[in-house]
Amino acid sequence: MVKPINISTPLSDQDVENLKIGDEVLINGVIYTGRDAAHKRLIDLINEGKELPFDISGQIIYFVGPTPPKPGQVIGSAGPTTSYRMDAYSPYLIAKGLKGMIGKGARSQEVVEAMKKYKCVYFAAIGGAGALLAKSIKKAEVIAYEDLGPEAVRRLEVESFPAIVAQDVYGNNLYVEGMKKYAR
Amino acid sequence: MREIEASYITEKVKGLCMEANYDLPKDVLLAFQKAKEVEESSLGVSILEQLQRNAEIARNERVPICQDTGFGVVFIELGEDVRISGGSLKEAIAEGIRQGYGEGYLRKSICHPFTRKNTGDNTPPIIHIDLVQGEKLKIIVAPKGGGSENMSRVTMLKPSDGIEGIIDFIVNRVKESGGNPCPPIIVGVGIGGTFEYAALLAKKALLRYTGSSNADPELAGLEKDILNRINDLGIGPMGLGGRTTALAVHIEMYPCHIASLPLAVNINCHAGRHKEISL
Repeated sequence: MVKPINISTPLSDQDVENLKIGDEVLINGVIYTGRDAAHKRLIDLINEGKELPFDISGQIIYFVGPTPPKPGQVIGSAGPTTSYRMDAYSPYLIAKGLKGMIGKGARSQEVVEAMKKYKCVYFAAIGGAGALLAKSIKKAEVIAYEDLGPEAVRRLEVESFPAIVAQDVYGNNLYVEGMKKYAR
Repeated sequence: MREIEASYITEKVKGLCMEANYDLPKDVLLAFQKAKEVEESSLGVSILEQLQRNAEIARNERVPICQDTGFGVVFIELGEDVRISGGSLKEAIAEGIRQGYGEGYLRKSICHPFTRKNTGDNTPPIIHIDLVQGEKLKIIVAPKGGGSENMSRVTMLKPSDGIEGIIDFIVNRVKESGGNPCPPIIVGVGIGGTFEYAALLAKKALLRYTGSSNADPELAGLEKDILNRINDLGIGPMGLGGRTTALAVHIEMYPCHIASLPLAVNINCHAGRHKEISL
């Protein structure tokens, strides 16, 4: 097994250009959460010409709606949700400087084009491994849309958060390549 | 006539919600182990190992296996000689869901279809009640995640489509779903009945012991064929390539109208969660 690559946010163009599909990474630093309802609000802000609730430049958004933390926990279970539901929104955020997304399942051609044009990478985390992934989250704080409950935007501090490069800035797609390799 | 207190039912449903979300059933864990033995992708094996570790953490620390703790789907087998006292059966179940999701630190995932406003307590549940003989009450709580539910379909095939048409539809559904429903998946299939009954059969098929065969040899053979075809797709764990796309295919069948061939495919992620109790 190849050793995982350590990466730290914020990410530069060069950081994401170095990543290829199949690479296993360990993510460190600050990442932001957002899923369906939060994405809709973020895009509404962009359309109205307003500021986003956090500086998105160089950042990673994790598509997740965690369970509530038990007493003593930083966050509840926190695995990825399916990404295609964010496809309609992601290109706007990528154009604003978003450098990475963490989710599960393949992305649309529109997202791929934006990822190539503005240099952004898509990571897959293990869906349904929410209890395990929560161990890599050291701090969590709601920074916007508290009324959305599990869908609120959170600022997370992560250490060695494991993910796999599923779609890279060159338009390569592990969902397609992986399937080809093992199909009979 | 036997009396069962509504508050007792609430207490049991509450406990089942937590157990189902914290403790992955043995049959699913066994299926992970089997999958690891045949998986050819090293990344696939690593993913399966992480799913095993995840289940262990969830069980030991009593935290949810997955952050999507699901829609509260509840199956009831109500004996004809049972009377519920001190409240209604449906309200007792809803209250159990409310308390289980609240006190168990489970995610509240139910919202208004248009405004998307969260109901805040994971109610209302989905309740399926079967009347049976006797004086027992069986409760099955099967929390259902949204990601895999979104990949499920009902279709009305033509009788001329036959068994080949059924196989093609199921395999294509899994193929088009790719990595979205968190493979390795469990595929519940309902054949026959009516539009809504086929879907109910498919959901009930997911409650079976993972990897068990239908008692009808013809359906058991069909389950095996479809599982092989699905695993030949190469989708693999999390859709990143590999030999294990599905852990099991479970088919349930019922007679249908001479004009129809209803077919439902209900996809479940690898977290085949369900817990039951007989009172």
